[in-house]
This record gives sequence, C-alpha cells and structure tokens, in this order.
Amino acid sequence: MKPAPFDYIRAGSVDESLDALHELGDEARILAGGQSLAAMLNMRLVRPTALIDISGLRELDRAETRDDAIEVGAACTQAALSHRLSREGRHPLLEAALPHVGHYQTRSRGTVCGSIAHADPSAELPLCLMALGGEVLLRSRQKRRRVPAEAFFLGVISTACAPDEMIEAVRFPLPKPAYGYAFDEVSRRHGDFALAAFAAIAGPRTIRMAVGGVADRPVSREWPMLEGAALDDALNAFAWELRGQDDQHATAAYRRGLVRKVGRRVIEEAMRCRG
Amino acid sequence: MPRLKAGQRHEVAFTLNGVAVRGEAEPRMLLTDFLRHVIGVTGTHVGCEHGVCGACTIRLDGVATRGCLLFAVQVAGRDVKTVEGLGGSDGRLSPLQEAFRRNHALQCGFCTAGILMSLDDFLEKNPSPTEPEVREVLSGHLCRCTGYTGIVRAALETAKGNADA
Ligand SMILES: Cc1cc2nc3c(=O)[nH]c(=O)nc-3n(C[C@@H](O)[C@H](O)[C@H](O)COP(=O)(O)OP(=O)(O)OC[C@H]3O[C@@H](n4cnc5c(N)ncnc54)[C@H](O)[C@@H]3O)c2cc1C
Ligand code: FES
Ligand code: FES
Repeated sequence: MKPAPFDYIRAGSVDESLDALHELGDEARILAGGQSLAAMLNMRLVRPTALIDISGLRELDRAETRDDAIEVGAACTQAALSHRLSREGRHPLLEAALPHVGHYQTRSRGTVCGSIAHADPSAELPLCLMALGGEVLLRSRQKRRRVPAEAFFLGVISTACAPDEMIEAVRFPLPKPAYGYAFDEVSRRHGDFALAAFAAIAGPRTIRMAVGGVADRPVSREWPMLEGAALDDALNAFAWELRGQDDQHATAAYRRGLVRKVGRRVIEEAMRCRG
Repeated sequence: MPRLKAGQRHEVAFTLNGVAVRGEAEPRMLLTDFLRHVIGVTGTHVGCEHGVCGACTIRLDGVATRGCLLFAVQVAGRDVKTVEGLGGSDGRLSPLQEAFRRNHALQCGFCTAGILMSLDDFLEKNPSPTEPEVREVLSGHLCRCTGYTGIVRAALETAKGNADA
C-alpha cells in the first residue's frame, strides 16, 4: 500500500523543526527513522499533511553522559547507541535490551527517541526508561520541559508530547553501584514485538521491575527486598493489576503466567548481578 | 527550509551503485517504487511494504536498511547501493553471490536481493562472524521457500573465503 499525499519538509535545524510544528500542529508529524511511521503511512493508519524530517540533524545526533544519565538526542539511532554502549560497557540494562529492538536492518535507522515517542506498549526502550526512572526532554517553540517516564506514557501509542512539541532527547539514568540490572522478553521470533518484556533492578534493599507488552503502556513497581513465597505473591498481584487482555498473539492468562515465571527469573538475575 | 509540496514531482539526484542518476518523485513515493518504476532498476524487490520481510533491503550510505520505509526524496544527494551494484560490470558474480549459488541459498530468489544487501553490509563490518551472529542478521529477512540453512552456510563460507584470501 502507498501513503496518502503529504508535504515533505527537510528540517535544517531544531529551530526550523519547531517553527514547522508550531505552524502545522497535529497536521504534521516528525519523521525520525521512519521504522514505525513509514509503515503506518504505507498502511494509511495515519495521514498527516506534512512530514518534518529530523533524521539528518547533526545537532540531535548525540549520546553523552550528563549528570548521572546517558542523554540520547533525537537523531541518534538504536544501532549507534548500541555500538557506543558495547564499547564503553557502562549500561547493562540498555545493552541487554537494545538487541531485541527490531532487527539489524531496522536499528540502523530507527532512533532511540522515535521508539519512546511511538510508545508501543511492548517496546523495549520505553520499558527501560520506565524501569530506570528516566526523563524525556520536550521542546516547543515557546518552551522546554522535562517529563519523567512515569508521566510520559499515557496509553497505546499515546504520550504527553503535545502536537507542537518534539522530543529533543531522552535521559536514561546510569547504573548505580551495588545495584543489579537484568532484561528479558518472550516473543515468537527474535526481533518480533514482545508478548511480554521485563526489566528488573535489584538494589541493596529494594526490587524494582517494569513490565511491557501486558498493559497499555510499560508499568513499573517497586518492592522492599522480597524472597520465596512473598515474591511470588507480589508478582501474582502485579500480574493481575496489569489487566492484560487476550489478543491474537497470546491470552491474558498466558501473559499473567509470564509475569509470574519470567518476571521472577529476571528479578533473580538482577539480584545475582548486584555489584 | 526546503518544503516539497504534496502532489507535485520533485527532482531527486543521487548516486546509485557508483553512478550519478536523477528522476522525479512526489514526496510520498517510496524509494522502492522510485528505483523500480522511475529509475528502472528492478533488482530490489517489494514484499510487505511495512518493514517486516526484508526483500527491499538496500544500503544507504553503506548502511543496510529497508527501501520500503524510505521516501525517494530522502535519498537526494546520498549514496544508494542495490543488488545490481554487487557483481562486476562484466556480469561476474561477487564472492557472496557465488557462495549463494554454490550453497543453494536461493530458490525463487524473491528474498535474495535484500538478504545479499544485508550481508554485504554486515560482512564488511564483521569480517569473521559466528553462526549465531549471522542468524541474528537473517532474523530481519523472511525466506519462504529455500530455508535458511544454505543462506547461513553461504554467509559463513564467504567470510572464511575473505579471511583466507
Ligand atoms: C520489522 C520491524 C520490527 C520491529 N520490531 C520492534 C521491536 O521488537 N521493538 C521495538 O521497540 N520496536 C520495533 N520496531 C519499531 C522500531 O524499529 C522503530 O525504530 C521505533 O518504533 C520508532 O523509531 P523511528 O526513529 O523509526 O521513528 P519514526 O518511525 O520516524 O516515528 C515514530 C513516531 O514517533 C514520532 N517521533 C519520532 N521522533 C520524534 C521526536 N523526536 N519527537 C516527537 N515525535 C517523534 C513520529 O512522528 C511517529 O509518530 C520494529 C520495526 C520494524 C519495521
Ligand atoms: S517490502 Fe520492505 S520489508 Fe517487506
Ligand atoms: S528464495 Fe524464495 S523466498 Fe527466499
């Protein structure tokens, strides 16, 4: 299938993108890697009248450590972040999650911020942002604001990013000493969207876990250090609270089972990885 | 800031397999359709048009990516390599293509152009990959008739041949 007609705007700078968003509002869409948007356009699930292409903006192609977080700009691809982290070996959770984001051929163009903006409920990067308690840096022509992950994801493909705003960068907090991190997911085939995905962080006195692919957005919980049956009970309660639904990929009961079993395994792995 | 109007055709000049080419495209025209119908180079195949099957994979500035998720206007001034760019100008196959032939890594050939372009990129960046690494790259492609065993073998043999050469 082919997209409906749209104007194509190649932004020369962030300011130009913001001017265009200001002028066009929800008529326009930011085009980053296009790995979700172009598919939606081809299927005519969306019909914006203009695309603002930010993929060539050097000023947004960055990933750097700033105030205890890795700050990733809106033109940085998933592959570029992955290379950088594997060289520096500094972020076990993101390093474990990134290879699950689509495929070699989609990570090469797909951006980190585009995945956050798209907010697919089973996407790995929104899940990591949620587990780590990260932040999204939003900018419009008038103002800049920082939104915590908890307040950013509002539902299926729905976020706090207003029509005249764009994500300038996202901040993934760096791992803390004495904390352990683990990630795993269950999908039909490697690179498919997850039936359920898990990111766990074990601290000296707490366990935190985020689950993707079950509720309409990634959801996280924090518990005091639990073990044995108490941990099973906590996971069971969490599995029910997520209110997963039956769909063509899996039943709600199967997904609850994954939260109990795979969720526990990921938590135990995070505990073992504690420094 | 350049704004290309919907419904109008715009000139797109770029490098295709080392040669400067140009054509006209509406903003909504996919790169795959542009290559096949406007430029007239039909080696790049089209399966799903939503990024899943991998048949349309090309190299953009050296990077393997989906042709069906790019718009023609996005490649202006850039370097595109397609399956036509693999062999020699005298029709000789590249070592990777030869390995595909030797290992029965294709049958109908529908998926092949895309797989070759992924492996062309991957083997350049990873000259001595492991089998799991090759399989991981191939997870981005669907082959419905050959099966992946011959494809994996062809990729590994090419890497080994390059190392021995
Ligand atoms: C075959 C296939 C498999 C995939 N599998 C997975 C998977 O397993 N897990 C996964 O997480 N993803 C998966 N994806 C999607 C992933 O590849 C995309 O990269 C990601 O969802 C979107 O990033 P993008 O840069 O491509 O954004 P685009 O597709 O360009 O944009 C997506 C949306 O976000 C908006 N947007 C983008 N950037 C910004 C910004 N800076 N500010 C505001 N809005 C913005 C766009 O307007 C659009 O609405 C898959 C894609 C394909 C084709
Ligand atoms: S046609 Fe592009 S991935 Fe299927
Ligand atoms: S050779 Fe026929 S689909 Fe792969």
